[in-house]
Amino acid sequence: MPSDGDRSEPLTAAVAAASETGRSLTIVGSGSKSGTPNGSETVSTAGHEGVVDYRPDELVVVARAGSPLNDIESVLADAGQALPFEPPQFGGRGTLGGAVAAGLSGPGRPWFGSARDAILGVTIVNGMGQRLAFGGQVLKNVAGYDVSRLMAGAFGTLGLLLDVSLRVRPLPETSLTLARECTPDTAHGLTCDLLRQPLPVTATAYCGGVLRIRLSGSPEAASHAAAGLDLDLEVEDEVFFQGVRDHTHPFFSGFHGSTPPPTGGTPTLSHASEAGADSPAEGSGRLWMLSLPLGSIFDEANTLTEWAGARVWWRTDADADTVQARARVAGGYAASFPPRLDDVAPAVRKYMGRLKVAFDPAGILNTELLPHAD
Amino acid sequence: MRNPRVINLLREELSAGSVVTDTHALTPFETDGLTAIRQKPWVVALPETVKQVRAVLRICREHRVPVVTRGAGTGLSGGARPLADGVLLTLTKMNRILEVIPQARVARVEPGVPNARITEAAAPFGLYYAPDPSSQIACSIGGNVAENSGGVHCLKYGLTLNNVLGMTVQTLEGDELVLGGKTLDAPGYDLIAAMVGSEGMLGVVTEVVVKLLPEPFAKRVLLAAFDDLRRAGDAVAAIIRGGVIPAGLEMMDALAINAAEDYANAGYPRDAAAILLCELDGTEEGVNADVGIVRGILDEAGATGVRIASEEADRENLWRGRKAAFPAAGRMAPDYYCMDGTIPRRELGDVLTEIAILSERFGLPVANVFHAGDGNLHPLILFDSSKPGELEKAEQFGGEILKLCVARGGTVTGEHGVGVEKLDAMCAQFTDTELDQFHRLKAAFDPEGLMNPGKAIPTLARCSELGGMHVRGGALPHAGLERF
Repeated sequence: MPSDGDRSEPLTAAVAAASETGRSLTIVGSGSKSGTPNGSETVSTAGHEGVVDYRPDELVVVARAGSPLNDIESVLADAGQALPFEPPQFGGRGTLGGAVAAGLSGPGRPWFGSARDAILGVTIVNGMGQRLAFGGQVLKNVAGYDVSRLMAGAFGTLGLLLDVSLRVRPLPETSLTLARECTPDTAHGLTCDLLRQPLPVTATAYCGGVLRIRLSGSPEAASHAAAGLDLDLEVEDEVFFQGVRDHTHPFFSGFHGSTPPPTGGTPTLSHASEAGADSPAEGSGRLWMLSLPLGSIFDEANTLTEWAGARVWWRTDADADTVQARARVAGGYAASFPPRLDDVAPAVRKYMGRLKVAFDPAGILNTELLPHAD
Repeated sequence: MRNPRVINLLREELSAGSVVTDTHALTPFETDGLTAIRQKPWVVALPETVKQVRAVLRICREHRVPVVTRGAGTGLSGGARPLADGVLLTLTKMNRILEVIPQARVARVEPGVPNARITEAAAPFGLYYAPDPSSQIACSIGGNVAENSGGVHCLKYGLTLNNVLGMTVQTLEGDELVLGGKTLDAPGYDLIAAMVGSEGMLGVVTEVVVKLLPEPFAKRVLLAAFDDLRRAGDAVAAIIRGGVIPAGLEMMDALAINAAEDYANAGYPRDAAAILLCELDGTEEGVNADVGIVRGILDEAGATGVRIASEEADRENLWRGRKAAFPAAGRMAPDYYCMDGTIPRRELGDVLTEIAILSERFGLPVANVFHAGDGNLHPLILFDSSKPGELEKAEQFGGEILKLCVARGGTVTGEHGVGVEKLDAMCAQFTDTELDQFHRLKAAFDPEGLMNPGKAIPTLARCSELGGMHVRGGALPHAGLERF
């Protein structure tokens, strides 16, 4: 087993030491998704990196949480495989642990599953400084509670991730992107048609009056499906959906790129005027992620709709209550971006608080990220 | 312990006939699918509404009566085994499909709905519910959630966990948790992940929102025969390596093949050492391409014969043998004990060989029929419980198989759950600190420990009595000793 890049010991020791004195710790990976709050000690998974085990014919990779996503993706690509959930690689700096802790998934999510769906096991350090392993390297495993998947989207508040075991998928032989200019209603109608058919669709997006659909699979299957759809073939191929995944598409300008968002606060629009044709109007200053049922239509300006209507990115100056109300009417909810642990109903919050105590009784791990520290 | 006032209170809340205490009427409830373990409950409560479920939980909490939740009772690990002084909360009367929304590809259902009925309700829209445990005609979706049930299509479509978007949970303290919904993501901790597979230890699920998928345009089933078990195992790995994810990939050994043939006449080659059943689905063109790839891999892997079924009747015939394997095993011996370990696929050949050696040692035959694509073994240990000591011998044999699975990097249960059956095996898989973390998680939902007490997670005392069997990481204790 490779030992270089293994910082399990010092990371466990750091949490154990903090646990003894009750000092708060802020866990950081690359810091690509949000800033760190002030006034708390940080523990960084940077340098805790490398693939621990990877066997392509098992469709499983085990890697250290501080591994740059780029590195993991290129190891997998060499064997013709990829992470199923297409994690965003904001600025190319994101870590595997960060992707899992934030639970963010890319354009293929309705078809390939989420970060949580891909998790098969974790090794964590809980708030008591205990190193614990749950799950493993097999797809089917129902021994004990599913602690591994509970870590997805928990933002490190339940434990520091050391290693993550993930399911991988074969890269498709071909991917085609189709495009068509159309109204929101037409785009919605076409998307709903697609949802009812078992076509090899692996991404959709509607933005700036253009509907795009990605088809993946064998060349025969993809091109036959493409021929049956009333859209044009786009030559850019994967570029568009990579841009949506990594937020390099002009729609997201100002939120990523060379300047990371300001520490601890809501990022503001900095250079919307430089953005291209798809970019929203100036003044739409906050970015929201709306989670809606599949096949939804959300007809507002400055939106990018993906996941066959199940996720809408919305840049708006509207206040949080207005955004939440709009999302509720559409059958879902809104979360601000960069992501954080969103607020929940009081009854759910009560059990979240108790789970936090179950894993981190002294409340030292990323506690400031909990919506309300009850 | 048995406070008669509790019965009266339950009768006040539930309709007549929904509170069962008569000793004869309790008989059908004394066991689930693990029939070796029987215990009559004190009382069975059969609520019809969420309000009634909440009332039962309130009464139980106020009088400190333990609650065991039960669905259709098809579970195979004794998870729904009743308690002599407890209430058996049976949810089979809550069996309505509340809505099917084709556009959002979801169905909202009550927990007592049988798994297969969801697909029946979705079929008019060209949709279906993917997880299909072999008991799908009877088993309830609530039970599927409790056990994180699988089936033959998990490799491509996931387990129950991956196909549930939302649920409503009642806790013993009277809180109603609405988790997730019709959207793909939900705010806060992923409490759905905590609930799915929690074996009724955390709360009672009173509503489930499941994901539906469009029926594929085309399906093909390939039957490949091998004259060697290991070659068949290697072919499984080669198919996955070839970039194809089959909808199902199943394997049967010679004993299972012949038992299935005797029973179902599916046309399996009786002289084969092993067969693989590989289902491919998708678009017509995609499936044709995949059939070509898989066919090539099977030939290269040394298959002695390959049959391809395209027509529905033909496909169903091939599956019929596989699905009949358990009842067929039931005809080979008075009793069988079905195991459920999972191992990494690369270990298939070795582990099957070791199981054969164990079979000799214990003097009990084993038929192997399993989900090869995801490494989920179901060795069926054949025995006769009327012979003194045979049940115990079968259980010991099963325990050895599970330890072997853990030592090879796998797990003691892939889809049947721990229940009461695999409590000892859990000691081999987890350390004391990990088990302690499980207990702390449980206490977050059920501080009083009244929900299905004694199941799923062994106490540390139980494990220490067993004497340090922890075998994870490929290292059995005393690995230097010859084990058989």
